[in-house]
Amino acid sequence: MEIILAIITGVLYASGIYMILRRSMVKFILGIILLGNGVNLLIFTLGRITKGEPPIIDSAEKVLEGVYADPIPQALILTAIVISFGLQAFAIILVKRAYKVLKTDDLDQLNTTDEDS
Amino acid sequence: MTNDIIILPLVVHLFFSILLMFFWNKVNFQKVVSIVGNALALCVAIWAFIHVYNNGTQIVESGNWSAPFGIVFVGDMLAVTLVLLTAIAGFAVSVFSTISVIKARLRFGYFSVFHFLLLGLNGAFLTGDIFNLYVWFEIIIISSFVLISIGGEKNQLEGAVKYFALNFFASMIFLTALGVLYGLVGTLNMADISLKIAEVENTTLIDISAVLFLVGFGIKSAIFPLYFWLPASYHTPPSAVSAIFAGLLTKVGVYALIRVFTLIYVGSSFLTTLLLSMAIMTIFSGGVGAIIQNNIKKVFMYFIICHIGFMIGGLALFTEVAMAGVIFYLIHDIIIKTNLFLISGLIYRIKTTTNMKKLGGLYANYPKLSLLMAIPLFSLVGIPPLSGYWPKISLILASFNAEEYWFFGALIFGSLITLIVIGKLWAEVFWKDQPKINFPKKFIYFDQLRLGQKFTFVFPVAFLTFVTLYIGFGAEHIQQLSQRIATELMNNEMYINAVLKR
Repeated sequence: MEIILAIITGVLYASGIYMILRRSMVKFILGIILLGNGVNLLIFTLGRITKGEPPIIDSAEKVLEGVYADPIPQALILTAIVISFGLQAFAIILVKRAYKVLKTDDLDQLNTTDEDS
Repeated sequence: MTNDIIILPLVVHLFFSILLMFFWNKVNFQKVVSIVGNALALCVAIWAFIHVYNNGTQIVESGNWSAPFGIVFVGDMLAVTLVLLTAIAGFAVSVFSTISVIKARLRFGYFSVFHFLLLGLNGAFLTGDIFNLYVWFEIIIISSFVLISIGGEKNQLEGAVKYFALNFFASMIFLTALGVLYGLVGTLNMADISLKIAEVENTTLIDISAVLFLVGFGIKSAIFPLYFWLPASYHTPPSAVSAIFAGLLTKVGVYALIRVFTLIYVGSSFLTTLLLSMAIMTIFSGGVGAIIQNNIKKVFMYFIICHIGFMIGGLALFTEVAMAGVIFYLIHDIIIKTNLFLISGLIYRIKTTTNMKKLGGLYANYPKLSLLMAIPLFSLVGIPPLSGYWPKISLILASFNAEEYWFFGALIFGSLITLIVIGKLWAEVFWKDQPKINFPKKFIYFDQLRLGQKFTFVFPVAFLTFVTLYIGFGAEHIQQLSQRIATELMNNEMYINAVLKR
């Protein structure tokens, strides 16, 4: 299971970074979405995958014994998903506005900020 | 109650940012509320600073979960000092925003978002949990995206796209680093990580996560190969927004680097060499960039980059003297960089431009204002009694003792180039005669403003200049404070013991 997840994570990172390096702004947004999913999957995998062992303490005992699934990575991923969701929504609107004003989608054309004014 | 005082700066900003949302269209009322809020935050920050100064590191455990399990807020000397500086800069900028930012921009919730930005900054300085640090970073960047794109002018949107792209990418790298680190140590509390990372055998993975942190924070703090988003975006929003970005956003990256490399990754020789060479290149490229620019806002932007190198290099030397220099420089830099962009906003209001070729004759027409602006400019260079001089003694001494002559040379080069560029700027903007250009008619010039409106432009500059003068002439106090913070940072078991209550 871990090996499959590791490969998927790698593919998501690679495709995300490839998309970010493209010149189009829309492809950039697709890139950050893929990269965000890759990061979430990475945290999930690094938190050790344990099947069918919920971290619930029996009423008879005081502490958890043996192997149990770590709940923290899931909490981290949930937070990261919510944050990156908000940022992606912002990015889409920003790119749409920028496209309307600048009349181009090509990142090579974006050089008015470097002009001497 | 007195133990919880370190989270009060967060509560104040959260309260005011939510309160301001209820008065969405009442811009004039928002201005008053925002200034009151920032004044209150300044008082609270001073109170928290004095409390921590007298009683040592304070911690607050959220929800009463004890340290390695719950999220803790840690108010050590470094954190509360930065909270105090944030409050000073935030107060000055909120006064400056009232007239200098046009109403069309203020109507889109400018002040509310501004308070969220300050909330995020305070949270990032105070938190003791590394994932919580990520969340505060996200709050900072989301607020800064809104502030940079409010108004929607052409070059502003273009700057926003560039700024967004690299900061979002930096956050992703930071999150990756965090995931790798959690996989290695299984905890998120920074003090706990510091203890457990010594037991990890796989040093390659530790180095990989350290480099990922370096890249993530490096993009945010604009060090050498990663700074190109900064000159493309910081001059596009109004000067008030640029001021708060210049003063605090890159410095929060420097703070995160200081925290991570004094607490978690201590004393790896590979990283030290990497940081030092990046610092030298940062000073060099920032200084050379500043010399060729004609727009004063762009000159100041390259100075931000140049002077980040001073702090990163001091961090890489990792001796107590160097650390004291870094902290002193950080204190000096936050105030001075905020002030420089406020000054550029004031010059824009007087002359409708910030291009050096079109400017001139400021000293002949406004001698008193020119004198006021001269103090921060010469403090930046570090003319001896002023504030930029003192941290450079510590940094140069430390680099000489550590026999890092390249960094020693870079420090001298950085100071010299700052002097040259400020000299050029002074000659072009203040002494040269006004060149004949057509001033636009449809513009509210500084002279046409009412006295109260003029006051909102001059007061923040004068206030920050006063703070700079205090840092310069009261250097003994600041040096003592810096040395105390440096001692705390170099002996990180003090931090760990305070957090884990051992």
